[in-house]
Amino acid sequence: MAREISFEFNGNPMKMRVEDHWTLLHLIREELGYTGTKEGCGSGECGACTVLVDNRAVNSCLYLAVEIDGKDVLTIEGLASSDGTLHPIQQSFVDNGGIQCGFCSPGMILSAKALLDESPNATEEEIRDAIAGNLCRCTGYVQIIDSIKSVSGHESKEPRVVAWKTEETNGGD
Amino acid sequence: MSSLCSVGKRVPKIDAVDKATGRAQYIQDLKVAGMLYGKILYSKYPHARIANINTSRAKALPGVRCVLTGDDIPDIKMGVYKDNRPLKKGKVCSYRDEVAAVAATDPETARQALNLIEVTYESLPAIFDPEEAMKEGAPLVHEEHKTNVLRMPWKLHYGDVEAARKEAAFSVADRFSTTWVTHCCMGTSGAIAEFDPANNLTIHSNTQIPSLAQKDFQDALLTMGLKERRVRVIKPVIGGGFGSKLDTYAYEYIAILLAFHTRRPVKVEFTRSEEFIATSTRQPTITYISQGCDQNGKLLYRDISMILDNGAYTSWGATTPSVMMMPITSLYRVPNVRYEAKCVYTNNTYAQAMRGYGNPQATFAIECAMDMLAEKTGIDPIEFRRINANQPGDVSPQGLRITTCGLEECVEAVKDKLEWQKPRRHAEGVGLASLIHVGGGARVYKSDGCGTIIKMDDFGKIDLFTGATDMGQGSDTVIAQIVAEELGLRIEDIHVIHSDTDICPWDVGAHASRTTFVAGNAALGAAKKIKSRILELGAKELETPLEKLILKDRSIVHRDDPEKRIEIARLLRKAHFSHGGQMMMAEYFYDPANENLGKDFRGNMSVTYTFGTHGVRVKVDEETGKIEILKYVAAHDVGKAINPMLLEGQVYGGVMMGLGYALTEQVILEKGENMNPNFRDYKILTAKDVVPIEAPVLETYDKAGPFGAKGIGEPGCVPSAPAVANAIYDAIGVRIKDLPITPERVLAAIREKQGLDPCGQELGKEGAGECIIEE
Repeated sequence: MAREISFEFNGNPMKMRVEDHWTLLHLIREELGYTGTKEGCGSGECGACTVLVDNRAVNSCLYLAVEIDGKDVLTIEGLASSDGTLHPIQQSFVDNGGIQCGFCSPGMILSAKALLDESPNATEEEIRDAIAGNLCRCTGYVQIIDSIKSVSGHESKEPRVVAWKTEETNGGD
Repeated sequence: MSSLCSVGKRVPKIDAVDKATGRAQYIQDLKVAGMLYGKILYSKYPHARIANINTSRAKALPGVRCVLTGDDIPDIKMGVYKDNRPLKKGKVCSYRDEVAAVAATDPETARQALNLIEVTYESLPAIFDPEEAMKEGAPLVHEEHKTNVLRMPWKLHYGDVEAARKEAAFSVADRFSTTWVTHCCMGTSGAIAEFDPANNLTIHSNTQIPSLAQKDFQDALLTMGLKERRVRVIKPVIGGGFGSKLDTYAYEYIAILLAFHTRRPVKVEFTRSEEFIATSTRQPTITYISQGCDQNGKLLYRDISMILDNGAYTSWGATTPSVMMMPITSLYRVPNVRYEAKCVYTNNTYAQAMRGYGNPQATFAIECAMDMLAEKTGIDPIEFRRINANQPGDVSPQGLRITTCGLEECVEAVKDKLEWQKPRRHAEGVGLASLIHVGGGARVYKSDGCGTIIKMDDFGKIDLFTGATDMGQGSDTVIAQIVAEELGLRIEDIHVIHSDTDICPWDVGAHASRTTFVAGNAALGAAKKIKSRILELGAKELETPLEKLILKDRSIVHRDDPEKRIEIARLLRKAHFSHGGQMMMAEYFYDPANENLGKDFRGNMSVTYTFGTHGVRVKVDEETGKIEILKYVAAHDVGKAINPMLLEGQVYGGVMMGLGYALTEQVILEKGENMNPNFRDYKILTAKDVVPIEAPVLETYDKAGPFGAKGIGEPGCVPSAPAVANAIYDAIGVRIKDLPITPERVLAAIREKQGLDPCGQELGKEGAGECIIEE
């Protein structure tokens, strides 16, 4: 079975026929061809496929495509401004080392956006709760939490790594 | 002396914007026109003969283009021991054995076709315990091998351990074990293979070893009867590595074979459960250790024998003893050392490289035994480490030449930051453990080299082609920083290309924490060549002696008269657009002066070594056995932090992976079958589990490293488990010797100490051993 639905995708109105069994992830990746949304497990355990539906973070691998009828969908591709300026959360992930392999980043960033849209001054505890469903194997989450904190206004400006016994070098010679 | 502009700075990763905006293309995101989808059928038994395979129903399914079994393919050998093939023939030796493969027009059809393949098995007796597998009469995993013990040479004896044992004032001996853990890269494995009409192969694969993979695939083509064909390996953006992609795997060969038979590009991409079941784990170990010291706490000997569960086939996991030798012979000063390791075939999954390459398993036993020995001597664990710490200039019994070494300072940093002396509350404890790891490459292969090519355009921009592999750790960025620093350019002037064996030079692979050191030195070498040519041109142009000129701010500048300068880009254009013109291109191949291990395993396998100490403060809930980490300090001697932000990312990520290994992670195999192939049941740590962590960085400036740097990719996860185990002992007086340190294990140990059985009942009493679960 297929039905026609209308929704807004990254700010653009869309109307299309979708099969009842399609997941939102399938719609985004396979039908619309937007690959920024990742599939890490396909069963709602890793959060790599997180997108925003009406500003709420959902695992698009568990969300049926037909359910977005009449709703707004935001994927990572729709987050930066049209002139290419990154959203402050994206910029913060870039600047604070919140990204390593990057596979979890789109989902992580969108989970953070859902949180900060709702509570702009989120505490570290709230940040951890909000991204508890987004797994990351590279960063140990520390710099991801820092990245989000720095946008939420709870940033500690002090660099965490402090070197000692540094000898001034004279280049690679 | 000069101040640095790019090196030592918290420079954002140069690929971070692409990754933050969803532009980065991983293997999951790649499609090639006309591509088919490959799927693999795995064994239903841990050990069985394949009596018959009927593929006719699968082949008849519309959309199916090809079905292959072990009988349809040539005898391609895989792995370090060449005991594995892409599709098994005759029998299966583990649940992850590939029995058949399908290529179809879409993934769903391929999946359906797998269900239509009928395999008849005749079950064989199987063996899952490596100690049992070593016994006479145990079922043989590979009959032709005659024994389950691999013919591996892992045996060394330096000095005289028996004499030292007699001489020792204090000795300890115990058994430790570690289990299967797995990499859990967020991006699963996958490959797209494609042949051109002349049978040259292009394969897109998220490998950590493009050059070695190219060789492996070339060998496979030879076996397929395709001589002198070209193999091109293209790496998409890699969704995490951690050692998992350090070998070539059945799925890659299957993609190649299906592509060859269908004459179409074929993609094989793992599901998450396949990633858990069919990629390789860290090598599980059983370690028997004894260790002794004199009256003053100076180590006299260390004696280790180890049994490694190899699983059914042999990948790099079986060679991890070559790296375990490093901590065993050289973590702390220990004059007499003996080590023997046996790798044993079982019908379990087979192991591979994983961050630390054996070092975490060896260090777990060593550092737990260090604390046990410290306690016997009555010396504080911190002081005990300091007494035995390696020092610059040491040559270890294995012949490792210690150059820069900040181990003692790292121990001190942990003491200070963890507030070691602070009084502990009830059931609270502190523990520490140190590490040594290769920091200047590791000569495990014939070459430990990396090539770099630099090409400069007319605008002062650089395209840099490196053999190195960035799988998220940030090597592209570090290389760009090094080159920008050397040539007075900005990071954004450097475009790093690492993705394609057709254009990038050879590199042995992203392993052994070697990339910053080796690829960094290779890039630096190429940059120096360019630099001397630019300076020559500049000297002529500015009519200034060469030694008076420096490169900075994208210009050549007179050292004493900054007004006298010319933009590098302008100079390059002048050189280019003139009679007998020239362009700036340079290549450099850096192969570190480290040594292959000799016959008795002596040899300086790395040019320099990275040291570190981790300390942890824990609180144990004695009712539940749950461990709470109150504070974690991970101090490392890194030589020089080229990029402190990326460095801390490596350390934090390593520590959290190490803590998972210590506390929560295990692949549960029941008679060889993976019982938890998903993130619900295989517990990697989440953002909720982040511990309060500090990561002090000691810069000892190693003159062999680029700008003084040593490798730091793996150390973060090496000593976490023994640090935690030692802290638990300090807290409640029970020693956990098996990983992971689950609440169940802690509770059982607490009860054993109280004279109770694991269920909390008095031993010998009626009902002992039966747990009563209260509602």
